[in-house]
Amino acid sequence: MKRIGIVILSLMFSTAVLSENIAIVGGKVHTLSDQGTLASATVLVSGGEIQRVVDGIEKPPGYTVIDATGKVVTPGLIGAMTSLGLVEVSSSSGVVDASVEHSPVTNTGAALDVSFAVNPDSSLMGITRLEGMTSAATSILRSDYMFNGMGAVITLGGNSPIIKPRAFMSVDVGSGGAEAAGGSRAALWVTLEAILAEAERAGDVQGPEKAWYGINTRHDVASLKQVLSGDIPLLMRADRVADIRQVLAFKQRHPSVKVVLVHGVEAWREANALSKANIPVIIDPEYNLPGGFDQMGATLANAARLHAAGVKVAIGMDTHNIRLAAQHAGNAVANGLPHEAGIASLTSVPAEILGVENTLGVLKTGAVADIVVWSGDPLEVTEAAEVVISNGKVMQMESRQTKLRDRYLLLQQTGAEKPSQYYRELN
Amino acid sequence: MKLHSTKRFIALACAFAFVAVGCTSEKQDKAQQSQKVVINPNPYPSTYKAIDGGPTLITNVTILDGVGNKIEGGSIYFVDGKVQAVVNSGQSLNTAENTTVIDGEGKWVTPGIIDNHSHLGVYPSPSTRSHSDGNEMTNPVTAQVWAEHSVWPQDPGFGRALAGGVTALQILPGSANLFGGRSVVLKNVPNRTMQDMKFPGAPYGIKMACGENPKRVYGQKGGPMTRMGNVAGYRQAWSDAQDYMRKWERYEKEYEAGKDPKAPKRDLKLETLAGVLAGEIRVHMHCYRADEMTVMMDLMQEFDYHIGTFHHAVESYKIADKLKENNVCSAMWADWYGFKMEAYDGIRENIPAVHSSGACAIVHSDSDLGIQRLNQEAAKAWSDGRRAGIDISIEDAWQWLSANPAKSLGIFEKTGSLEVGKQADIVLWTANPFSTYAKAEEVYIDGGLAYSLNDTSTWPVSDFELGQVGEGDRK
Repeated sequence: MKRIGIVILSLMFSTAVLSENIAIVGGKVHTLSDQGTLASATVLVSGGEIQRVVDGIEKPPGYTVIDATGKVVTPGLIGAMTSLGLVEVSSSSGVVDASVEHSPVTNTGAALDVSFAVNPDSSLMGITRLEGMTSAATSILRSDYMFNGMGAVITLGGNSPIIKPRAFMSVDVGSGGAEAAGGSRAALWVTLEAILAEAERAGDVQGPEKAWYGINTRHDVASLKQVLSGDIPLLMRADRVADIRQVLAFKQRHPSVKVVLVHGVEAWREANALSKANIPVIIDPEYNLPGGFDQMGATLANAARLHAAGVKVAIGMDTHNIRLAAQHAGNAVANGLPHEAGIASLTSVPAEILGVENTLGVLKTGAVADIVVWSGDPLEVTEAAEVVISNGKVMQMESRQTKLRDRYLLLQQTGAEKPSQYYRELN
Repeated sequence: MKLHSTKRFIALACAFAFVAVGCTSEKQDKAQQSQKVVINPNPYPSTYKAIDGGPTLITNVTILDGVGNKIEGGSIYFVDGKVQAVVNSGQSLNTAENTTVIDGEGKWVTPGIIDNHSHLGVYPSPSTRSHSDGNEMTNPVTAQVWAEHSVWPQDPGFGRALAGGVTALQILPGSANLFGGRSVVLKNVPNRTMQDMKFPGAPYGIKMACGENPKRVYGQKGGPMTRMGNVAGYRQAWSDAQDYMRKWERYEKEYEAGKDPKAPKRDLKLETLAGVLAGEIRVHMHCYRADEMTVMMDLMQEFDYHIGTFHHAVESYKIADKLKENNVCSAMWADWYGFKMEAYDGIRENIPAVHSSGACAIVHSDSDLGIQRLNQEAAKAWSDGRRAGIDISIEDAWQWLSANPAKSLGIFEKTGSLEVGKQADIVLWTANPFSTYAKAEEVYIDGGLAYSLNDTSTWPVSDFELGQVGEGDRK
């Protein structure tokens, strides 16, 4: 028993160095709060939360000091749209919890709930966290149903990954959605409205004692009620402007639904209307090719034009390489997005979309202490996260990948003097 | 490369290349002999013509010459499509009267980027099934197909890649097959036909593939369904090619001896494989895992050919020493990993680790988006290497983007560096190209201005996009 206890303790220390009180001192701090960006500031952390952000230098006694002079401090980045924790290896390699083919519990996909499916031991967690991402929205990406179910907000640091279960609902209202609805948007939108109308009119969630003949299952209805009430946002995926106009019309028909536009390749063409309707977007700003007839207006200027019209822009759609979201945001900045908006696209905007804006994506009193110290501009490809703090704990800067690297750098340096599997550490 | 008897195969056939499929006049005297069958090695010749460009001088600019040198405040002068001079600050230059002079203050000049792994044109945008022409997934050995016969020059991806400073690229067949077919090297000047873009004088390559893809595609279609099945497939194909070469050698020998032999029936599949064994066609092999790459290097010894480049090569860092020893390049991503098992061990320091071991490292895209910012891919790998203690200068690292891919493609004599006499394939960057914020400002191909950032009238617009919403991302 005792021996097991020691093993567990050492495992804990291998992923996180415990430290109650931390002062991050002297860095350029992007607070993403009313405090704005401070040229030289101190971030004080205690009990896993941010105590306060101080303009200037402060080193209270009893705090572990992290010197951030000449460096940049931001909230931990938030992966705006991922399947982290649901996928280890996507192709031909066992269970992938990011796709659903058939389930007896649902007819429309609304009941699906990824909060049961997240694996905190996925190697992607450490690999991604190492690069300054500390939380993410995670979701099913493909299903045979209209909705891709309810996604969750997760932390990438720790054994209890779920921060917010059932945080959003996803639906594809572009070509993919039309495909699932019988091959045409003429079927898609009528089906979507019928499904929602049914959920709206159904009384409280039905039990087995009553007959139910709906298009949805009873479980779908329960989920959709949360969407209709605006408790959780509805992430609607569309690229071509005609579909985006349908999204705008949908929002007019359902003002209580919190609509978010996802992918939005031609969103710039309705930037003003999206702004007026208060619909934020999650996009990949590097997408600039007419990959299909829904994307003929693809442009590198998408993010900048949306922002200029007042649309809130979140950047980051991937799983294995969601860690490159900062590069994507950098390319949006290279194409006209203001730098501050680039930082916000990775932090405060996704937090707001996911309804966690008071705790994540911001450096202010009471927020979760997810903080990153960068070697320089986080959007610059040659800069990197140097210190990553997750839930108030300084994370070890190692992952499966750094261990592979260290093993083979040493092996190459020493001329492979012994069998590879006996190499462990660089020293 | 030494040519022993079997390697004379194509060389003999090429000696009479100027004659269309047919015979040589010299043999017509011998009445008892039929016309000699000679195979035209270049039936789809390049019709590429460079864009006109007058003498151009870029002054006061930071130059990476692509072969390891960095010149601050230097000048580069190019005329008639060729690099005429690269000089340090203060050195004088004689230029023509009508020279266009560009002040490069604060800007950088590099050789054009060469992507040796692209599927533009064969998997174009829009990615409809009608356009999916990159993988002849009908047999594990389809060495007879040529990617150039699938290239759709109206792929808007060419123009987007040009805006990223890509001046030449290799279009490869996909990786479903053990032998996927021949590749083609293009100059990135989008035009009416594939031939209009074909890089004059570039050798052919062949696409081969290791690992998961052939297994997955053919496992339920007669095999191979295992990696050992893959290797058996390569070995049998090479053996068949050897047999084919012997038949043609016998024919040549008998004909030379004045006999009237019957020419062997042409087999397009074996003809390409024989071209590889003869050293005329370069091997580009999709291969991820270190152990598998090492088997492939034994295979190349067994059949006496050379693998020019492993593509993707996600685990090259594990065997960089062996890659160096065998003189095999690795064409890599900066950070792709995990999308399948054979990519599970990807690390961010793969490229610098290979380079620092003395092996040949190349940054490739395999992506219509990645090809637009290969400079950033190199920058990531470069900086990740530095943080891991692998200190490589920017001027050395640029070899990953131009010189090494040019060597991999067999065009380094012509392009891939800013050395006097080379083709003026040149990019002027707005800033240090290892920054996210840098953009290609002017892109010259053979001295002609193919793209200018601040003048949208110079941006190519494909037929497909003409009259549509974006018109080449110009709206």
